[in-house]
Amino acid sequence: MSTQQLPEHPDFLWRNPEPKSSYDAVIVGGGGHGLATAYFLAKNHGMTNIAVLEKGWLAGGNMARNTTIIRSNYLWDESAAIYEHALKLWEILPEELEYDFLFSQRGVMNLAHTLGDVRESIRRVGANKLNGVDAEWLEPDQVKELCPILNISDNIRYPVMGATYQPRAGIAKHDHVAWAFARKCDELGVDIIQNCEVTGFLKDGNRVVGVKTNQGTIHTEKVGLCAAGHSSVLAEMAGFRLPIQSHPLQALVSELHEPVHPTVVMSNHVHVYVSQAHKGELVMGAGVDSYNGYGQRGSFHVIEHQMAAAVELFPVFARAHVLRTWGGIVDTTLDASPIVGTTPVENMFVNCGWGTGGFKGTPAAGLTFAHTIATGTPHKLNKPFALERFETGALIDEHGAAAVAH
Amino acid sequence: MLLISCPNCGSRDETEFHYGGQAHVPYPENPNELNDREWAEFLFYRDNTKGTFAERWLHSTGCRQWFNMLRDTVTYDIQAVYPMGTPRPATAAPNAAESGTASLAADSTTTGTAGPSIAAPSTSATSITATSTTQSGTTAPEGATK
Ligand SMILES: Cc1cc2nc3c(=O)[nH]c(=O)nc-3n(C[C@H](O)[C@H](O)[C@H](O)COP(=O)(O)OP(=O)(O)OC[C@H]3O[C@@H](n4cnc5c(N)ncnc54)[C@H](O)[C@@H]3O)c2cc1C
Ligand SMILES: [Zn+2]
Repeated sequence: MSTQQLPEHPDFLWRNPEPKSSYDAVIVGGGGHGLATAYFLAKNHGMTNIAVLEKGWLAGGNMARNTTIIRSNYLWDESAAIYEHALKLWEILPEELEYDFLFSQRGVMNLAHTLGDVRESIRRVGANKLNGVDAEWLEPDQVKELCPILNISDNIRYPVMGATYQPRAGIAKHDHVAWAFARKCDELGVDIIQNCEVTGFLKDGNRVVGVKTNQGTIHTEKVGLCAAGHSSVLAEMAGFRLPIQSHPLQALVSELHEPVHPTVVMSNHVHVYVSQAHKGELVMGAGVDSYNGYGQRGSFHVIEHQMAAAVELFPVFARAHVLRTWGGIVDTTLDASPIVGTTPVENMFVNCGWGTGGFKGTPAAGLTFAHTIATGTPHKLNKPFALERFETGALIDEHGAAAVAH
Repeated sequence: MLLISCPNCGSRDETEFHYGGQAHVPYPENPNELNDREWAEFLFYRDNTKGTFAERWLHSTGCRQWFNMLRDTVTYDIQAVYPMGTPRPATAAPNAAESGTASLAADSTTTGTAGPSIAAPSTSATSITATSTTQSGTTAPEGATK
């Protein structure tokens, strides 16, 4: 095993056009979800007179800040359906987008450290199998076989009592994923406009008819919000509320190391997850900072805590160093499931609430949200995730399903 | 790491505290009369302000008392600490200054009986006017918080 060279960049990625005065649809937010939505609007629905407006640079939000874990082993049917659809798309996208973004199906392990964890995990493996999601329960010695650097001894605070394992899960190179979508969008005629911040909306009665930006007013028939951590801010501009709280979520990398970590290991109980990126750096993350925050940074004790957990689980990491830490702004909901669909404003649609785990959902979010924007109706995969669920009580409570962190 | 001035104990590390989310959200006065929409609002909808935000904190490993705080959710500057049950203090124009660190809260040892006590970050340019009578338009009625 050796570390991997990154593929060469294509010569050309996208144009940087001036915004036109009107489009058939405008997507707000040039992260993964906005770009994937624009791609599927153009490809599946023939809507090519559209624009993606990004206030900063492409993928400068959570898209290129996440720890890139892709998996679909969620507990509930609604979640398994959309995340598994996403995983199947990940499996064909490098070819479809003609871009090798290093999707690596090296498997994801979710460790169990308590009897409660063990029961929940085995239940989830059963639910996954019924939903056609690949899943296995591993005993501690099987865990060790798959990931030899894991400490499975009894004399740590929370010994490893087993793990769920999804072999088709893995990681990908997040910035390249964004560029892959952006390049195809551009080829299909979509305008990608960076440094273009949406500052308000034009409405005719309750119908949105345009967006105000720092580059002028743009008329449009439809607006799709893909603003992740800033979704509440945009909703407020449009005159409605979202049940979302924005929190800092941090991650870190070490310096480059020889390959030591063959898979992805997550532990919700001791609060850390780790993979080793293609170039060799150890990538780690944990849970959100407790307070609301739009600062793209969090508190250091959260980093300290996750490193303590990592060193206990992986004693070889004791001599690695933190090279860099950073934070994103994640849009959390109380049931830890996304919100996708129509809004109280006519012709305005929202895709948000993916919180700490929306990278893996990118292709399916884009595919189904494009359907919703183009047709004005839910896609069967995003229908359960409508905003109305907070009123009807039909929540999709993935918090209960321990595998939820990322 | 935030340095938070507990009104009872003084400045302590954030790790001693527990976050309680938006302040001034009153329990519905007549719960039996709420419709589903109103219950959804009470249970699941909270403000998600970018800028100065009134929020609750619990000094869980200290005096175990709740208190309120005004904090900028972009710079993380703590702008005021004030007791439960008192109205949100008026702040000067929202803090636009980008100040680098999150641990600027000055000591505040005032205990929570005589109206809001204000802890202005000593090195920040933000100025805060303490007014126990003025209320910002968006907050709940006085004493509504628990
Ligand atoms: C540290 C960290 C680790 C994570 N790890 C994982 C993981 O391992 N696996 C996983 O599945 N998910 C993970 N996530 C979550 C995942 O990154 C997000 O759910 C996902 O990226 C959100 O969709 P997005 O890419 O479209 O968001 P973003 O990239 O944040 O896109 C939103 C865009 O909207 C723009 N915007 C905001 N306001 C405006 C405006 N007014 N006008 C114009 N543009 C605007 C922003 O600048 C931003 O670029 C992680 C997140 C973080 C922060
Ligand atoms: Zn105290």
